[in-house]
Amino acid sequence: MEPTPTPETTRTESEPAELETRDMLLNIGPAHPAMHGIVRIVTKLDGEQIQEAEVEIGYLHRGFEKMAETVDYNGVIPYTDRLNYVSPLINNMGYCMAVEKLLGISVPERCHYVRVIVSEISRISDHLTCVGASAMELGAMTVFLYMVKAREYLWELVEKVTGARLTVSYCRVGGVKADLPEDFAEPCRKAFEETRKVLDEAHGLLTRNRIFVDRMSGTGVISAEDAISYGITGPFLRASGADYDVRKDCPYAVYDRLPFDVPVGSCGDNMDRYLVRMEEMEQSMRIVEKALGDMPPGAVQVDPETGRPIPAAEMVDLAKVGNIAAISGGCAVTGPTLEGSGRSQHPAIAADEKRVFLPPKEDTYGNIEGLMSHFKLVMHGHGVRPPKGEVYFPVEGANGELGFYVVSDGGGNPYRVRVRPPCFAIMSALPKLLTGGMIADMVPTFGSVNMIGGELDR
Amino acid sequence: MNTLNDTSFLTSRLNEAIGWARKYSIFQYPFVTACCGMEYMATACSHYDIDRFGAGLPRFSPRQADVLFVVGTISHKIAPVLKRIHDQMADPKWVVAFGVCTCTGGFYDNYATVMGIDTIMPVDVYIPGCPPRPEMVLDGLMKLQDRIQAQHTTGNRPTRETRPDIFNA
Amino acid sequence: MNTSLLIESVRVRFPDAVSASHAYRGDATVVVVPKYVLEVARFLKEDPALQMNYLMDLTAVDYSTFGKRPAPAFFASSGVAVRPSPEIPDEDPWPGPPDQSRFALVYHFYSTTHKHRLRLVTPVDEADAQVDSVTSLWPGADWLEREVWDMFGVDFRGHPDLKRILMYEGFDGHPLRKDYPVNKRQPLIGPTN
Repeated sequence: MEPTPTPETTRTESEPAELETRDMLLNIGPAHPAMHGIVRIVTKLDGEQIQEAEVEIGYLHRGFEKMAETVDYNGVIPYTDRLNYVSPLINNMGYCMAVEKLLGISVPERCHYVRVIVSEISRISDHLTCVGASAMELGAMTVFLYMVKAREYLWELVEKVTGARLTVSYCRVGGVKADLPEDFAEPCRKAFEETRKVLDEAHGLLTRNRIFVDRMSGTGVISAEDAISYGITGPFLRASGADYDVRKDCPYAVYDRLPFDVPVGSCGDNMDRYLVRMEEMEQSMRIVEKALGDMPPGAVQVDPETGRPIPAAEMVDLAKVGNIAAISGGCAVTGPTLEGSGRSQHPAIAADEKRVFLPPKEDTYGNIEGLMSHFKLVMHGHGVRPPKGEVYFPVEGANGELGFYVVSDGGGNPYRVRVRPPCFAIMSALPKLLTGGMIADMVPTFGSVNMIGGELDR
Repeated sequence: MNTLNDTSFLTSRLNEAIGWARKYSIFQYPFVTACCGMEYMATACSHYDIDRFGAGLPRFSPRQADVLFVVGTISHKIAPVLKRIHDQMADPKWVVAFGVCTCTGGFYDNYATVMGIDTIMPVDVYIPGCPPRPEMVLDGLMKLQDRIQAQHTTGNRPTRETRPDIFNA
Repeated sequence: MNTSLLIESVRVRFPDAVSASHAYRGDATVVVVPKYVLEVARFLKEDPALQMNYLMDLTAVDYSTFGKRPAPAFFASSGVAVRPSPEIPDEDPWPGPPDQSRFALVYHFYSTTHKHRLRLVTPVDEADAQVDSVTSLWPGADWLEREVWDMFGVDFRGHPDLKRILMYEGFDGHPLRKDYPVNKRQPLIGPTN
């Protein structure tokens, strides 16, 4: 892009006739405070108006697709966490459901409910981060602090279930790592109460705030047909008026049984996107509450003979001396790492396919069949081996349709794993969104894109 | 400012005072790229407040910052930009490698990732973790404060020429 | 429209373009000869019965080492007999990669009005790695095709500006090809390893 001289008609009266003006190339470079993530936008400015914009990405390319070919199917899951790192559970779930489709297995119903619950909690924390960060860039630092406070409550909830706050690696091919803790409903209710309070405060601070409304309304407008032709999905598309949500149109897991509404905007400007995201958070909380009520009950962790749980060390000692009868029905009490993945919870969280999912630890340490099936899944040269094939499985990520295209050649490692990143399409439309607007409008527009570098560049 | 050979009482007290003042008013430049940025945001916000250490105000210009927090994976495409930002910072400056991707490259051992930013710039504190919990970040920050107090800046490190006795073989 | 009807409607309209089709695991897939890609894509977009208004994804697969990797046996050197675990059997197996060409371009389409999906696979030979660009139909294909060029080296005729998108200018080679080693670095600054 070369700067071009502007024609005579744009000069003001007071300037002398021979003053030549040129467009300015402004590089909003990879390291910029208002850009979340690293992306480079080169804009050609005429005063404050953006004439042309060019977006350069790839600064966080970490080779996800290449690394996925070097590890086994379960080993890809930590890499998927780091794709859309604000809602890692949705990526985990998408990948695992794609591989399960390839294998042709289905997981138990409770496992579906658990996955839906944690996905929606992840989606809420994604929207909180997006709205908070874009509010911060417009100067509303308080809203950012409130939203991160709510996000902390949700992350503590996620930590109770999975053990980690951010990079969880919770789902496995054929199930999830562990069941929800028994006392999950009460902290969840409290966390949602706090989140609703924060959302009310944010609404009060932002939705009718003169400055916020003026900056967000009418900026970054895109029509629904243009958005569809660029491949945009998710809240960005729904704010333009098109009603496409993967959870409603191509339902997966148990979304078809859970009632929820999909907010759809009308003008396609930044204000609509903000309102769509705020409403989606409320709908996600509604989904989780209904799912917690509808879930089939989990298992109870007691030894059938004594009525009390068996400590794990005792169980292993009994197994070593061959006293299988004493431990045959029981379920061990283990430390926090293995909590929720005991033998009694196993049928609820794992597909009944021993070529795919690890046996519970009581069986691994307690009898030879369990040990062998553990060996066959973990040792080098063995492992999960889907049949040769290719599948595409879309889930509704926080930014739009997150699709996983997995090709298998029958070996232990995936042959090709492709992520269809939702914000890639939105970023490719960014030049169109920015052109014609002012340089200051770039900040709210880019904020509402919710560009996540890990997903965009993989 | 070479403090290693200075032994008089007043100047060493002055050094301590300057170190004290510097460590409690850290102006950080957070170079945030990836997932660690989320934990950085969590550390900086109200729950695990980083402001109580005096490090709460990020300066978004390298020329005004003391500490460069490199947060998140550094790919080869962004590495020259990072080096340039580090060069633009004025002495005394410190570098914190936040997250295992910046310490050693993490599990991204591939064509695109720099295996540790200490291959391109000197690092003072390494905070491993993927991502590190906010408590670990605060612990790393306190170690950085100790280092600042002792006035060991990256420009001032003992080298093979100045202190041959501590460099064996 | 269900998968067999979808495949039939494409096959009936383009009998010489469609060389194969299947519906493995319920995903309707047609394999198309490379020179017809743009025509078939236009038909998919504009035909009222199909109305594929979304180009969801455009990617490529390098089939050069398909099925050729031996399963590494961990205990092979110690003399313990290890057989790799058998694959999960499949009643209706996948036909396999489209033909002997090295690359296969994979397009995923979706229709919001009819709510159906279609996958279009095009085998692309290494010697003549060129396909028509579909940016005239979907502007979103611009960046997707740049990424395929960057990662695989497949050229797109008619693309406005085909240059690298994820890698940097000085990078030599196409990383997602199977013959590019995982940790071959080409750093701009700093040591190679």
